Amino acid sequence: MTPPDDCLARNEWICGEYLSTRRRILLDAVVQHLELTTVSVLIGLAIALPLAVVARRWGIAAGPVLAVTTVLYTIPSLAMFSLLLPVYGLSATLVVAGLVLYSLTLLVRNILAGLRAVPEETRQAARGMGYGPIRLLLTVELPLALPAAMAGLRIATVSAVSLVTVGAIVGFGGLGNLIYAGMNTYFKAQVLTASVLCVVIAVAADVLLLGVQRLLTPWTRAGRA
Amino acid sequence: MTTLGDAWDWLSTSAHWSGDGGIWHRLVQHLVLTVVCLVISCLVALPVALVLGHLGKGGALAVNISNVGRAVPTFAVLVLLLLTPIGDWGEGPTVVALVLFAVPPLLTNAYVGMREVDRGVVQAARGMGMTGWQMLWRVEAPLALPLIMSGVRIAAVQLVATATIAALAGGGGLGRIITAGFNLASTPQVVAGAVLVAAFALVVEAFFEAAERLAPGWARTARRRRAE
Repeated sequence: MTPPDDCLARNEWICGEYLSTRRRILLDAVVQHLELTTVSVLIGLAIALPLAVVARRWGIAAGPVLAVTTVLYTIPSLAMFSLLLPVYGLSATLVVAGLVLYSLTLLVRNILAGLRAVPEETRQAARGMGYGPIRLLLTVELPLALPAAMAGLRIATVSAVSLVTVGAIVGFGGLGNLIYAGMNTYFKAQVLTASVLCVVIAVAADVLLLGVQRLLTPWTRAGRA
Repeated sequence: MTTLGDAWDWLSTSAHWSGDGGIWHRLVQHLVLTVVCLVISCLVALPVALVLGHLGKGGALAVNISNVGRAVPTFAVLVLLLLTPIGDWGEGPTVVALVLFAVPPLLTNAYVGMREVDRGVVQAARGMGMTGWQMLWRVEAPLALPLIMSGVRIAAVQLVATATIAALAGGGGLGRIITAGFNLASTPQVVAGAVLVAAFALVVEAFFEAAERLAPGWARTARRRRAE
C-alpha cells in the first residue's frame, strides 16, 4: 500500500513523514528523557551539596568522600545499571539511581573546589561582622562557590542527558529506547532523529544553565566589564 | 545479599570462564578493543593538540570539541555507524565510535598542557636558538607530559567503561556477559558481568596510578609550578 515516493518505505535517514506520523512517540520519549535527567541531577545536587559542605568543614572527611565518588564514576554505566538491578528491578528508579551516582562525582568535586576557593580574608571579614557559621555558609561561602558549582552542574547535566540512552537496556532510556529499537529494526530515520534530539536536549540544557548562572552571579560580569 | 552470593557462584563456575563466549575470551576482547582504540585516539589527537598548543591557535576549538563530545551519546553514535556501510565491517563501528569518544579528553588535556608551559622557559629556548620543532619536542612536550598523561588516563578509563556499550550493538567484550544475562533474565550473570567490568575499570585506573608514581620526577611535576 505504501507509495513509491514514501521516505519511510525507502528507509531514508531524514524523513519528514516519520516526524509527522510518530510525533506522539517522539514527544513521549523526549518527556521521559527530560524527566529522568532532571530528577537525577536534582537528587544528585541534593546529596552532593551537604557532602561537599561536610568535606569542606572537616578536612578528614574530604579524602573518603572524594575517593568514593571517584570510584563510583569509574564504574561503567551499563555495569552500574546492572549492579543496581537487584535493588531496584527493571524500573525508572534504577536509571535515576545510576545517574545520581554519576552526577555525584562531578558535583561534589566542583562544589568543594568552589568552597575551597573562597578567600580566607572574606570569611574572616564575615565572622568579624558577627556572622554565625550557618549564615556565613548560606550568605557568603555558597554564593561565592556558585560559579564553580554551576560549571559542575552543567557538565553533570550534559553527561546525564547522554547517559540516559544506556537506560534503554532496562526499557527506561527516553530517546535511547527509540535508538535501541531502531537498531534492531534497521530504522534509519528513527535512530538519526532520536540521536539528534539527544544532542539538542543536551545543548539546550547547557545554554539554559549558563543563563541561570549569569542571572545568579551578576557580580562576575561586572568584574569582567 | 543472596544476589551477590549467586553472582559469586556464577563467577566461580569454571565453565563460565572457558570457551568462545567465556569470561577469558570476553576479557581479552575488551582489552584488545580498549588498547586499539586508545592507540588510534592518541595517534589522532596528540599530534593535533601538540601542534595547536605550540602555535597557540585553536584553543577554543580544542575546548569546544571536548564539550560537544560530552553531549553526544556514544550509544547513539555507535548505532548510527552500525546502520551506515561501516556497519558491515565487523568491529568497525565500535572502534570508530570509541575513538570519537576518546579524542576530546586527549585533545583538551594535551592542548592545555602545552599552553601552560612557562612562557619564560619557551622564550629562553628560543633565545638559545632552538627551532620551532626543537622547542616543541625538547621543551614544551616534556613539560606538558603530566597533563598529557592525565588525559590519556582519563581516556583509557572511560574507554574501558564505554567499550561495554558495544555489547548493546552486538559487539564483543565484557558487556556481552551483561547483555546476555539480561536476555536470559539471569540476574546473577548480569551482576557478575557488572562486577567484572567495574573491576577491570578499577584495575586500569590503578595501573595508571602506579605508572604515575613510578615515573621519573620530571614527568610528574603537574602541581609543582602551582605550589611555588
